[in-house]
Amino acid sequence: MPELDLRLGIDVGGTNTDAVIMDRQDRLLAKAKVAGTEDVTGGIDQAIARVLAAPGVEPGRVSHVMLGTTHATNAILERRKLGRVALVRIGSPATHAVRPLFGWPQDLREALSAGEVIIGGGIEFDGRELAPFDPEALARFLGEVSSRADAVAVSCVFSPVSARHELRAQEIVRRELGDIHISLSHQIGSVGLLERENATALNAALVGVAREVTTAVHQALQRHGLKATTFFAQNDGTLMALDYALQYPVLTIGSGPANSIRGAGFLTGLSDAVVLDIGGTSSDVGVLTGGFPRESSQGVEIGGVRTNFRMPDLVTVAIGGGTVVHHEGDRLRLGPESVGYRITGEALVFGGKTLTLSDAAIACARASFGSHRVPPRLQGLAEGAMKQCDEVLAEAIDRVKTSRSDCPLIVVGGGSVLLPDRVPGISEIHRPENFDVANAIGATLASVSGRVDRIAQLGAGSREDTLAKVCEEARQQAVLAGASPGSVDIVEVEEIPLAYLTTPAVRLRVKAVGALEA
Amino acid sequence: MGLLMARQAVSDYGPVQLLDVDELEPDDLIAPCGSVGAPTVSIEKIENGQEGGRLRRRLEEIWGRPVKALMSSEIGGSNGLMPIVWAAPLGLPVVDADCIGRAFPELQHSTLELAGISPTPGVMTDERGNLVEFRTQSGIWLERLARAATVAFGGSSSSSEYILSAGQAKAAAVLGSVSLAIQIGTIVGSAAEDPVQTLVRELPAERLVTGKVVDVERRTTEGFVRGSAVVEGLGADRGRTIRLEIQNENLVALEDGQVLASVPDLITVLDSDSAHAIATERLRYGQRVTVIGFACAPIWRTPAGLGLAGPRAFGYDFDYLPVEARADARA
Repeated sequence: MPELDLRLGIDVGGTNTDAVIMDRQDRLLAKAKVAGTEDVTGGIDQAIARVLAAPGVEPGRVSHVMLGTTHATNAILERRKLGRVALVRIGSPATHAVRPLFGWPQDLREALSAGEVIIGGGIEFDGRELAPFDPEALARFLGEVSSRADAVAVSCVFSPVSARHELRAQEIVRRELGDIHISLSHQIGSVGLLERENATALNAALVGVAREVTTAVHQALQRHGLKATTFFAQNDGTLMALDYALQYPVLTIGSGPANSIRGAGFLTGLSDAVVLDIGGTSSDVGVLTGGFPRESSQGVEIGGVRTNFRMPDLVTVAIGGGTVVHHEGDRLRLGPESVGYRITGEALVFGGKTLTLSDAAIACARASFGSHRVPPRLQGLAEGAMKQCDEVLAEAIDRVKTSRSDCPLIVVGGGSVLLPDRVPGISEIHRPENFDVANAIGATLASVSGRVDRIAQLGAGSREDTLAKVCEEARQQAVLAGASPGSVDIVEVEEIPLAYLTTPAVRLRVKAVGALEA
Repeated sequence: MGLLMARQAVSDYGPVQLLDVDELEPDDLIAPCGSVGAPTVSIEKIENGQEGGRLRRRLEEIWGRPVKALMSSEIGGSNGLMPIVWAAPLGLPVVDADCIGRAFPELQHSTLELAGISPTPGVMTDERGNLVEFRTQSGIWLERLARAATVAFGGSSSSSEYILSAGQAKAAAVLGSVSLAIQIGTIVGSAAEDPVQTLVRELPAERLVTGKVVDVERRTTEGFVRGSAVVEGLGADRGRTIRLEIQNENLVALEDGQVLASVPDLITVLDSDSAHAIATERLRYGQRVTVIGFACAPIWRTPAGLGLAGPRAFGYDFDYLPVEARADARA
């Protein structure tokens, strides 16, 4: 029986699928980069085949497969493959002053919504009922949207205090619509109704995308005879088990950047730097602080929508190697769409007909690859495109910096060549070896976490009892996500007292982290 | 949240007219209004949107004449926007003024209290349609009872008190504060070269320190968040340590035991890059901030104003000096 000492890291981007094999000492034994194919399976399959074929790698030694994917992020950014979501908010007569999806970009709202409703119900901060739950209104709404909804998202005022109205809604959705996916907000986000509701709606819309990816992974593993346990990378740079990821695909958003930030740190040996990951479709800028991604202290925006995840503090822009350069008369516009994995067929330098940012970079002598030259008549356009690209990236970099002083930048990802050699506000640019697989490497470095964010009344029990209970919940979440029970530690406890109330209440945020179950 | 509510109200009902108090007849009735409660509750239990209509109907029954305009009870924070949320569906104008010229923790911290305007009858309602009418002996009693009712309502409520005429408002309210808020928003939003510097110049304000938040300590007592934050200087301010004393708002800024600024002047923590204000509950370790201090409305600097909201009113044992005078003394 071979020793189980290898980890397979896979990063599925919009453009390429990367794979790496790491050993127990975190040495890189093999890496592969494969252009994606129309079906996700193809890319994952080929990438796995290539790394398993490397000398010294036996499939039987692989104990874990860690998958990071930007599918969810790209689906939202490009408004593609999103499921239609029936959005139920429980909280009437409160909350009508800001309706569900108010303030969303119109195109995303149209792509995602099968209908929205605010029904009677909701919880008060102290656990009392805000208003009676209205099952009839819910059933009526479900009847109206049943023909067009792929999933249901349920949010409820103060569901982090008590989930009982969301759970009742779940029963009614089951009864009325059967086996449809249901996302409940108390399982997804934290305090802050609109942000939690937004995240829940996005989660429900992404379930189809997640199923596609998990099926692809299952098939690929089977084909290669791998019996390894599969984990998905999530937004804080930690991992979650496959079943868990299927239920909470929105948590994979931000995992790519989290992994690339950790991977970039690992590859350069730096522990503090700005990290820019340029992919084929989008670029993420984040910050490495003490070896981990800096988390946003406030809600993050995903595709123009406010959510309240604690995620890597990122700025994402629709700039990548495959980004299409449009020219209408004198006007130049970058993306937001990308030729993605079809770059090897559609980009000019590969004999295609589409001017992409990769073509522009080559025309401006920042890179040299491909089989064809960019026609000289497009030189002006290419230079204009790179100038615009430089501006977008420089602004994104500036936005994540926390001070005006210069700092180092690590650039990783397949589209790294887009970045010029000088960037305002940056002291030095690191382009590490294996920069192209930083994501996949980062995925293999991760541990497993669980989080709880609750409002608790301190009147009844003692503060210590309440805190102990919430910590235990976080530990259980980590174990559910795939951590080995004995290894779980509480790594973060934050207590925020609620102001302007005469009965003491406190918001508790607890994070537990554990090692992967062997 | 106030901004989202105001945007939805304006998109549903059209823009709200902003009036100078002079554009009203002296006898016209103005209803100062706002939300009372915990910020954490207001980000969960959003208002219904019709609370203002209910407050207005009851006020008109009590006074026997129409409410001609709404006015913010407190320009600081989302209460600066609540009158817009309520005025839009009612088709009422909003007066370019408020009752504090900043934010303060309690209802009686009002320039209208200083002017001797009666806080009651005041009315308070919730999203369900419950309505409480207060007839109290003083602003302090109103604060006590309104706070208790707010907790019973579930931690947030909508209220209107210190009802007054346009003539009284002209003498007693902080005039032009909505315009000033719009001006500050324009500076911060216009992405000027250095929005913090522009703000310091235009307000004008004293720059107390530019640095990094290195410690935040908070605890809840008697319904208020009390605590402190420590900012360590960076760049030209390296080596300096400024401590902010907090009771929901920033009350005092101290350096080596010396007072740099205190209530009732405004002490505001800004994001050093964007100049966005960082509310006390959002202060976190590592934030790069600039702390500024600037003048409160003149009425707060009178003996009566200091009696209500000066340092001693918040339990500090030192006398008030205007923030600009303290800066001049140091220079």
